[in-house]
Amino acid sequence: MSKHFEPVIVGFLCNWCSYRAADLAGTARIHYAPNMRPIRVMCSGRVDPQFVLKALKDGADGVMIAGCHPGECHYVEGNIKALRRFLLLKRMLTQLGVEEERVQLVWASASEGIILAEAVDRMTEEVRDLGPLNWQENVLGRGNGHVVSIQVETELESEEV
Amino acid sequence: MTENGKPKLAMYWGASCGGCEISILNIHENILVVDEIFDVAFFPCIADFKVQHVKDYPDEYIDVCLFNGAIRTSENEEMAKLLRQKSKVLVAYGSCAYEGCIPALSNLTSKEATFNAVYLDNPSIDNPEGVLPQPVSNVPEGELEIPVFYNTVKSLGQVVEVDYFLPGCPPEPPQIWAVLQVVVAALTQGAPLPPAGSIIGAGTSAVCEECPLDKHEKTITRFYRPYEITPEPNLCLLEQGLVCMGPATRNGCGALCPQVGMGCRGCYGPPEGVIDQGAKMLSAIASVIGAGDPSMEEDDLEREIQAVVDTIPDPAGTFYRFSMAHSLLKRAQVNGGNGKGELS
Repeated sequence: MSKHFEPVIVGFLCNWCSYRAADLAGTARIHYAPNMRPIRVMCSGRVDPQFVLKALKDGADGVMIAGCHPGECHYVEGNIKALRRFLLLKRMLTQLGVEEERVQLVWASASEGIILAEAVDRMTEEVRDLGPLNWQENVLGRGNGHVVSIQVETELESEEV
Repeated sequence: MTENGKPKLAMYWGASCGGCEISILNIHENILVVDEIFDVAFFPCIADFKVQHVKDYPDEYIDVCLFNGAIRTSENEEMAKLLRQKSKVLVAYGSCAYEGCIPALSNLTSKEATFNAVYLDNPSIDNPEGVLPQPVSNVPEGELEIPVFYNTVKSLGQVVEVDYFLPGCPPEPPQIWAVLQVVVAALTQGAPLPPAGSIIGAGTSAVCEECPLDKHEKTITRFYRPYEITPEPNLCLLEQGLVCMGPATRNGCGALCPQVGMGCRGCYGPPEGVIDQGAKMLSAIASVIGAGDPSMEEDDLEREIQAVVDTIPDPAGTFYRFSMAHSLLKRAQVNGGNGKGELS
C-alpha cells in the first residue's frame, strides 16, 4: 500500500522578517504548501544546530531556516552568523548521509510573503521527491544492524546459579 | 574464592584500546591502596579470571565495576549485561563507555565498509579468498562461534543502566584517584555516594575556563590542520586557526592538550547542559569565522564563507571525535543520498 507522502518541514522563522513574511503570505491569501510547521525565533542567528539535528532525529523530513536578507538583520549580523553555521552544518550533514535539500536557508523580508511561500512550495516538492527521512526507523531501526535485535542470554544462566 | 570481607572490584573492557586499564596504573603508588582496600573479582588485563567465575558470582557480588570500552560486538553487550547484573555500582569508565569515543566514529559508515577496509581493501592486507569473519563457521571439529559485529557502536549507557560516568580518553589520574577515594569512603565509612547517573571525576564548565592561554576576539579566515603550522605559545589555538574543542568540551582535565600546542580533542564530552557536543562545537566554530560582512552581495558572502568552511576537511569526525554514539543523530544514514561518511 503506497500512501501519499506529505513531508513534514520544521521552519525556524526569524521574528523580524520571515515570520512576518509568513504572516503576510497568510493575510494576502497566497496559496502554498501546508507542510512547513513554523517556529518563531527572535533571529535566524538564534538557531542552534542542535535544533536542526533534533528536528531531523524526531521525525522531520526537512528543516527550513529563514531570516532577513544579509544587511537587513535586526541585530546587524545575526543572519550572517546563521549563514556561517548553516554552511558548516550542511558540510557535516553530508557526512551523516542527510541529503542537501533537507536543510535549507532562505532569506525573506517582511514584505516578501510570496518569496517565502514559493520557497516552501519548492522545498516541499524537493523533500517529497527524496521521500521520508524517518531517522528513528530507517537509520537507527532494526534494519540497520541494531544492537537491540540480538538476544543475549545472561538472565537464564544466572538463574541456575 | 576466598572471602576476606573486602569490597570487590572489577574492571572489564568492551571495544577499547586498553589505555583505560593503563590509566588505573597511572595513579602510581596509590594503586597499592586500591589493592589494600579492594579484592579484585574480575580484571582480565591484570589477573586470570574467566567469564564463568563472574557467572558463578551471586547477583550484586561485585561492589564496583569499572567498565571501559564501547559496545561494538555481541560479546561486549553480553558482558555489559552480565556485569550489570553482578555489580552494585557500574561505572562507565572512560570516553568509549561513556559516549562511544573513537570506535563510534565508525557510525559514520557501515559495517560493510568497515569490514572492507579491515579485511579486504588495504595495502597491508593479504586475503586473496576474501575471507570475512562469520558469527558461526563449521570446521571438522564442529561448530565455532565468534561474536556478532554490530553495525552501530553504542555506549555502555545505551545498553544497560549505568550508575556513574567517568569521562576522559583516558581519565586523568588525579580525577581517577579522587573518584576512588569517594567510593572507598562510601564503602568503608558509609559516606554518601553522588546521585546515580552523575558524571564524576570532571568539571561542569568548558575546557577554556581552565585553559591558561591568552584569549582575544577571534576572527578566523582559514583553519589549519595541526601539521600545517607551528602554533605560537601562550596564545589561544582557536585564534590561530587550529580547531580546538575547548569551547564545547567539559573541563576537569586541566586543559593539558592546548598547553602543549595541541587543540583540545574533546574527550571529556559535552559540558553540563549540552546535548550534542558536535553541534555545539559546530556552532562555536562557525561563530569565530571572520569572513563575510552584512554589506556584501549575497552570492559573494556565501562564497567567501564557504571558502573558510572548506578548510575544515572532516567536520563530523572532528566535532564528534569522542561523542558520535551520544550525538543526536547517533550514526550516518548509509543507504540514503550521498551518505558514505565522506564528503563528495
